[in-house]
Order: sequence, then structure tokens, then C-alpha cells
Amino acid sequence: MLLPLLLVLAMSFASRGLYGGVQWAFSLTNYTMLFDSLYLWIYGRSLLLAVATTAMCLLIGYPLAYFIARAPTRWQGVWLLLVIIPFWTNFLVRTYAWMFLLRTEGLLNTMLLNVGVIRTPVDILYTDWAVLIGLVYGYLPFMVLPLYAAIERLNRSVVEAAWDLYANGWSVFWRVVFPLTKPGVIAGCLLVFIPSVGAYITPDLLGGAKTMMVGNLIQHEYLVIRDWPFGSAISFVLMALVVLGVLAYIKRGGIFEDVKERR
Amino acid sequence: MGTSSVEVRDLVKYHGATLAVDRCSFSIQPGEFFSLIGPSGSGKTTTLRLLAGFEQPDQGEILIEGCSMQHVAPNHRPVNLVFQNYALFPHLTVFKNVAFGLEMRRVAQSDVKSRVGAALEMVKLHDKPDRFPSQLSGGEQQRVALARALVNRPAVVLLDEPLGALDQQLRQDMRMELKAIQEQVGLTFICVTHHQEEALTMSDRVAVMNRGRILQIGSPRDIYESPGSMFVANFVGHSNQLTGRVDEVHAAVCRIHVPGLPRIVARYQANLPVPVGTPITLAIRPERLDLSRTPHESGFDNNVPARIEKAVYNGSDMHYWLRFSDQIIWTARVANARGDQKEFTAGESVYVGWNAYDGVALIQ
Repeated sequence: MLLPLLLVLAMSFASRGLYGGVQWAFSLTNYTMLFDSLYLWIYGRSLLLAVATTAMCLLIGYPLAYFIARAPTRWQGVWLLLVIIPFWTNFLVRTYAWMFLLRTEGLLNTMLLNVGVIRTPVDILYTDWAVLIGLVYGYLPFMVLPLYAAIERLNRSVVEAAWDLYANGWSVFWRVVFPLTKPGVIAGCLLVFIPSVGAYITPDLLGGAKTMMVGNLIQHEYLVIRDWPFGSAISFVLMALVVLGVLAYIKRGGIFEDVKERR
Repeated sequence: MGTSSVEVRDLVKYHGATLAVDRCSFSIQPGEFFSLIGPSGSGKTTTLRLLAGFEQPDQGEILIEGCSMQHVAPNHRPVNLVFQNYALFPHLTVFKNVAFGLEMRRVAQSDVKSRVGAALEMVKLHDKPDRFPSQLSGGEQQRVALARALVNRPAVVLLDEPLGALDQQLRQDMRMELKAIQEQVGLTFICVTHHQEEALTMSDRVAVMNRGRILQIGSPRDIYESPGSMFVANFVGHSNQLTGRVDEVHAAVCRIHVPGLPRIVARYQANLPVPVGTPITLAIRPERLDLSRTPHESGFDNNVPARIEKAVYNGSDMHYWLRFSDQIIWTARVANARGDQKEFTAGESVYVGWNAYDGVALIQ
């Protein structure tokens, strides 16, 4: 498992040959090139989009998981199946479906025009919003499933105790339910954030040429420009950022101290 | 005459098609320790949850300190529940657990500190405010749960099988502690348990439930000495039975004719008139029987010969199995109070003596 990683690391110190091969001479140029504002901008946007995706997945996924966990037991399997079923279809087909929905003459615009909410079609496809929608749709199950597991494991009496002790709905959620489901929240966030950062098919199809994320950049370098060493450098930096970010989040969030209440 | 602490009128609750609570009514005075006892499925836990507000009655009403609790949510009732499994917040310290109710009601921080401190002192856990529930023993967790309810000084404290998860010795100790705490704080306690002995020792009054109905409400003494039905007689303590027909009823004494035995006399306390010949059952506690090798010359209204079938040493007392006839076997308990107590052995013929007021005649 480590070998491909090491290969990428090694290659990142090399440079591009004349015809796209690899010239194995140690140099740090690939890394210094990254400090160009263009690339920093791409990293920044990718991270931002990944954070936004994670946040949206959490906002949509938590109520959904809660609803499923509190549904009658015999229906829970059905609901979970409905959440997972999109996964059974081809990823590309799903993404194309979104393109169909979001384009100017697409379903969404037609509906809004007919209802009278808008006068002219709204440009959603080929913007960052489309990419966000596509990513959220694609990764929502990764958020819902661990959340469902955590919520389902909640001791109902503990929630009842909170009500009995004069808490209102919000306090019951924020002071008791949410802290006790934190492991599920963290797991869900990680499962959504990490792949989102490196996504490239979704930004490619739904974002068009205007949206370039790190994933697209890496793909571009490898397949179009055929500067494998540079692509490797970009990949490695991305991975390092993600690992560092996750470590920092875990430390600050205190995943191993989730029994303690934070103030 | 002050307002009662809790008043329940004709409470009805269905669970699906099953009638869980069947027109129950009772009234509890402030500061009373009231217990609901009954076998599993008798509706006592459902009644408790109805009082707490976790379920709404289908019919009837609940009044707490004179105010109707119709459609009032649990967090708006002056009631706190001590859960059977304690339901402590695992992510909060002991202090934070106990303080929870106060914080929800926006009590000032300084007051919170002093009140929580006092509550923890009362349950003898003042030295562990920063522990987490997972670091406490079962008995300690139960005390935290109790403190968490008491600190709010509710009108009513509800307890669901409070001593259920504790071992025998601890349970006995906690029984006394619980009663002492209740007397100290002067709050109304309503306790649900299927351990009738516990209920008898702790309560001011006891209600016996079965299949959703309240069969009898009374002081522990009333329930034990004067059960109103065979179910109550058998549920609370052990009861010897003898079925016969009414011979005569006069001045609350009933004479029962049992074929093959001399006439039996017993207390008859129900208000219903019973014509001669009605089937009736005598219920009498094992400890009320006196055994003698010779017929009791005087003193006992009832004198029935029997044969000892089994004699078992039980530490503090002797258990004797007495056979009156082919169908009737009773148990007698004779305390080993003094060293010179006469003992009987299996096979001996004895005379069993008891007075009319020792037994109760019941029409099932």
C-alpha cells in the first residue's frame, strides 16, 4: 500500500522530460512552482468547496439520519436502502443526470419558469454551485450512514431524562443528542471531506472549464501536459494538507475525549 | 385541608389494543411516600410515565398540585423521574449531571453550585463531583440519579424500580437511606416496584395493581393484614388458603364450613352481604399459626389437627408444611426466637391454632 505513495513522492522531486517522460534528476522546482498564486488559489478553492460540501452534507444528513433512526424499526431498512440505491447506479450516469436537471433548458429551470419564480433561466450548470450540488448528492450517503449508526445507538432514556429535566427541544439536541453522536459526526465528516477535496469528475462535468479544482489540475498535469513529476508534487502536497488538517481537527475536536463536554 | 400533591382520576391508557391502565384513581398527599406495586404488565410503569408526561392518557386526568397536566409536556411539569437504568448523561460529570435541571431553568451560577453541593452531600457523593458516570459503581450512579432529581425540588419525585439493579445487601441499605432522604426533604415520592417487601418498608401508602386496575390502596399494614382480594393476599407476602362455604356472618366475623374440618372463623370486612352457602376463601399468613402437640385448651378460636409433612430450618425461623387433608397443605412459620422453642419433626401430628382476627375471609 505504501509503495505507490513512495513512488509518487520520489517522482515529485524529478522533472519532466522533453517528450513527456520523466527525467530523474533531483530538484525542488516542482514544489517551488506550487507557490504561484494560481496554484494556491486552486488549492484554496478546492478546500473551500470540500468544506462546503461537508457542511451541507451534515446539515442535510443529520436530520435525515435522525428521522430514519426514529422511524419504526421495520421501515428503517427501507429508508436506508433508499439512501444507498443511487450508489447502485453508475456514477457517471448520475452526474449526467444532474447536468440534465441543472442546465438552462433543464428540468429545474423549466419548473421555476413555469411557476413564475424567475423570469429568465438561471445559470446553475457550469458554476461552483453545480459542483457543490453534485458533490453533496454524491457523498450524502457517506454522511448519513455513520450518523444513523450513532443516533440509533443512543440510549432513549438519556434523551427522555433531558426532557424530564426541563430542557427545551434545542437544548435536548445541542446539549445531549449532538455530543453523544459526535463520533458519528466526525466519521461522516471525514468520509465526505477527504474524497471531496480530490474530486475531479464532478467538477469536470458539472463545473465545466471555468472550475478547476485540485483534482482536475492533477489530472490535467498527468494526462494533458504530461508533466508527471509536477502532478506528483501537487498530489503529495494535497495529501499532506488533508492529513495535517484531519490531524489538527481530531486533536482540537478531541475525538478520544468525546465523553467530556466542551465549554 | 390542603391541595393534594397528585390527583389521578379515572386514568385510561391503551397500548395498541391492550388496556394498559384501566380507570385508575388515587390521591396523594404532599410529603407522602407512595408506592405502586404489582407484577410485570400490571400498568404501574405506564402510570408512572403518564405522570411524568412521556405518554398522554386516552381518558381521565392528572392533576399535580391542583393544576391539570392535560397536554403538558414533560419539561413543563413540576415532576422529576429517577429512571430504572439511571439514564445519567455519559458525557457529563457528576456535577454537571446534577446541575442539568437547574441550568435548564437558568438558575444563577452561584446558586447552582450551592444547591448541587447540598444535593450531593445528601446522597453522600460530595467527594466525587468530577467523576464520569462510567467511573461510578451501580449504587453510586443511582445516587447521582436521585440527586439529579432532588436538586430541582419538584412537587413530585417519581422513582422507577429504584433499587432494581442493586445487589441484596446494597438494596437493604439503600432502602433505609432512600426513606431517610425522603423524610429529610419532605418531597412527595411515588415509587414503582415489583418488590413488595421494599414497598412495605418504605411507603406511607401502597397501591396494588394488576392488569391495569388498582386493586387496593392502603397503608402497608392494611395491605398486609387486611388484603381485600386473593390476588393482594398472594402478591404481598405469602398466604395460606382454605376454601369453603359461608355458614354465618355476624359482626364482621364469618364462619366457614370446610368439609372434613372443624368450623373455621375469620374476619369478614367487605361490605357485601354474603348469603349462606356462598363460596368463600380464608387467607392467613404463615407466621400467624401456632403449633401444639395437644389441642389448644383455650385462647384460640380455631383449632385444626394436621400432620407435619416437612420441617425446614430457615435460620431465623422454622418452616413447617402442614397437611390438613388430601388437597390442603399449609405452611407455618415459627420464629426460632428462643433456644427452648419446641420443635416439631416430619410425621408428627399437631394442632394448628389461630384466632379469628388472624385470618381474612375473601370472596376472591
